[in-house]
Amino acid sequence: MLKINDLHVKLEEEDKAILKGVNLEVPAGAVHAIMGPNGSGKSTLSYVLSGREGYVVTGGGATLDEMDLLDMDPEERATAGLFLAFQYPVEIPGVGNMTFLRTALNSQRKARGQEEMSATDFLKLVREKAKTLKIDADMLKRPVNMGFSGGEKKRNEILQMALLEPKMCILDETDSGLDVDAMKLVSEGVNALRDKGRSFLVITHYQRLLDHIVPDVVHIMSDGRIIKTGGPDLALEVEHNGYADILAETV
Amino acid sequence: MAAVAQPKLDALSARLAGLSAPEGGKWARAARDTARARLEVMGLPAPRDEYWRFTRPATLNAPEPVPATVFDHSGEAPVFGAIDRLKIVFVDGVFDAEASDPLALSGVEIEPLDEAARADIHWAREVYGVLEARGQNPVERPFATLNTAFAREGLVIRVTGKAAQPINLIYRHASETSDALIHHVVKLEPGADLTLLENGPAAARLNKVLEVEVGEGANFHHVRTQGRAHERQAVTHIFARLGRESTFKSFTLTVNGLLTRNECVVEMLGDDAVAHIAGAAMGDGSRDAFHHDDTVFVTHDALRCESRQVFKKVLRNGAVGAFQGKILVKPGAQKTDGYQKSQSLLLDEDSTFLVKPELEIYADDVACSHGSTSGAIDEEGLFYLRSRGVPEAEATDLLVIAFLADAIAEIEDAGIAEDITGRLEAWLKRRRG
Ligand SMILES: Nc1ncnc2c1ncn2[C@@H]1O[C@H](COP(=O)(O)OP(=O)(O)OP(=O)(O)O)[C@@H](O)[C@H]1O
Ligand SMILES: [Mg+2]
Repeated sequence: MLKINDLHVKLEEEDKAILKGVNLEVPAGAVHAIMGPNGSGKSTLSYVLSGREGYVVTGGGATLDEMDLLDMDPEERATAGLFLAFQYPVEIPGVGNMTFLRTALNSQRKARGQEEMSATDFLKLVREKAKTLKIDADMLKRPVNMGFSGGEKKRNEILQMALLEPKMCILDETDSGLDVDAMKLVSEGVNALRDKGRSFLVITHYQRLLDHIVPDVVHIMSDGRIIKTGGPDLALEVEHNGYADILAETV
Repeated sequence: MAAVAQPKLDALSARLAGLSAPEGGKWARAARDTARARLEVMGLPAPRDEYWRFTRPATLNAPEPVPATVFDHSGEAPVFGAIDRLKIVFVDGVFDAEASDPLALSGVEIEPLDEAARADIHWAREVYGVLEARGQNPVERPFATLNTAFAREGLVIRVTGKAAQPINLIYRHASETSDALIHHVVKLEPGADLTLLENGPAAARLNKVLEVEVGEGANFHHVRTQGRAHERQAVTHIFARLGRESTFKSFTLTVNGLLTRNECVVEMLGDDAVAHIAGAAMGDGSRDAFHHDDTVFVTHDALRCESRQVFKKVLRNGAVGAFQGKILVKPGAQKTDGYQKSQSLLLDEDSTFLVKPELEIYADDVACSHGSTSGAIDEEGLFYLRSRGVPEAEATDLLVIAFLADAIAEIEDAGIAEDITGRLEAWLKRRRG
């Protein structure tokens, strides 16, 4: 599904390399987790994959189902099935959440040559998905993420994912800011979407989330590289011992 | 008093040569003659005038208008079409009785200006040219005075109760060389209530004055859209005088138009009055020029009055937006609540936003604030939308509508606000192709 090959990325504004040769392959149906110290480049990787400006790819590449991701506009990547649940979801004053969700869904449908969803069908669909994530009507009416609590913003990300049904989902610290119950809700939301045709890349600092969303593979990222890859146990090791040992091992 | 600069007088005499004094009865003659006398010592605006430093008056001064192509609206639902309303049509600035509904509405008396002007005595004389004249101090507004002196067309409207329907003035533009002078007078008796809707470009060149006397406890709601003709030019004035506990709310939508200068002069004379003045403008300088100027002057001269000014402009491809807004709080106008916001969204580096916000306060117990910003599109928001599959152009338009939303939110009637938003969306969509 997702293949990242020796990806090198630097900042556009300054001559600073952030990703220094990332190699990663997430097969269809798999759940991979990425852990790693603050500033190691996890969010940068997710942004570069989804097409945010401000980065320059200096080497390597990334493909989604053999399509060259880095050559596509952000909206094309989304339509191709890539989805990033943001670490910091963006507030958009003046754009209603409902309008946003409907525009997003219909844009993707249109781009795929499908018919746009009618307002009533859409309303039904949103209500149903929102209910399972305990997102109330008020949150749907308000402008996108405006005045949402940290946890509400994260749930709103998962709502978008549930509506758009992407095939490659990147979750960047979706667990941060969630209370215990919300974490369960969100995990259930994610698990409900697990499917042999859908893959997940879950970026997190904590084992907690991985108790709920059990990964097939865990990667450790440090200083712009994947320095270690293992099974779910690797996350437990990090939880107990931190990164010191792993970092020492690889030097 | 300093001598009036010769170019201002020259511009006036050139303009006057092409105008003739309308016929009228005693009151109208008096009002027009006084206006003409006032005008002759003012002259027309000149580029050196402080009040015209953002906008060039030359094409508004000129004896003849610059011809303007008529915009083809076919295929579009008429603005305010969904509202149950009394329609009054002007074609190139001339009242068209045939095309209009009968001028009969419960709670309201409506008369064409030329009819009212023929009488020797008419209530309109208490307002016609009177509010305009009051609005000449401390800043001169010669186009309004010219209008008072020479306008033949317009309506005089007296509202005695709650108007049964909104009145919709529809300004059709038919001739490429039309030059319209329209002057309306609206008087709301105490406790009366009227919604006035205006739409359409009116003419190749429009000079329009609307004088509104809002009596005690009366409510006046005004929503206008200035049509979509690309080449039309307009200078408009609203003069409002507010009585105790009255409400005045005015919203203007402007898209397209070579040149627009909208002035709004509000005098709050009764305690506890409320005035909200808002504008949303969207212009593209690439096809033709787009120059939009909002000039607002609010005077607080009573206790506990509230005024709000909310002006938003979206500018692209070399479009120019200007805002001059003043809040004057007179001595004794305690507990004044004055607010002013003027913002522009510049979609590229060629567009310009010029602002001059002013507060002048002579009372000590007041809360007045103003803020002006000018910014580019929010890149974070744009990326967020695109990352969900919304194409860049559509995402930009969503942010444009969002930017204009708080000006549109000043429209009291949610249905009208929705209609305006929907129209903007449709226009932007059509533009995207
Ligand atoms: N636009 C930018 N300007 C300057 N530095 C940047 C920028 N974007 C990323 N960086 C730097 O790149 C490095 C990687 O940042 P990134 O956000 O990808 O880390 P992360 O692994 O997601 O960290 P965290 O766990 O704290 O979320 C950091 O040192 C960060 O400061
Ligand atoms: Mg991060």
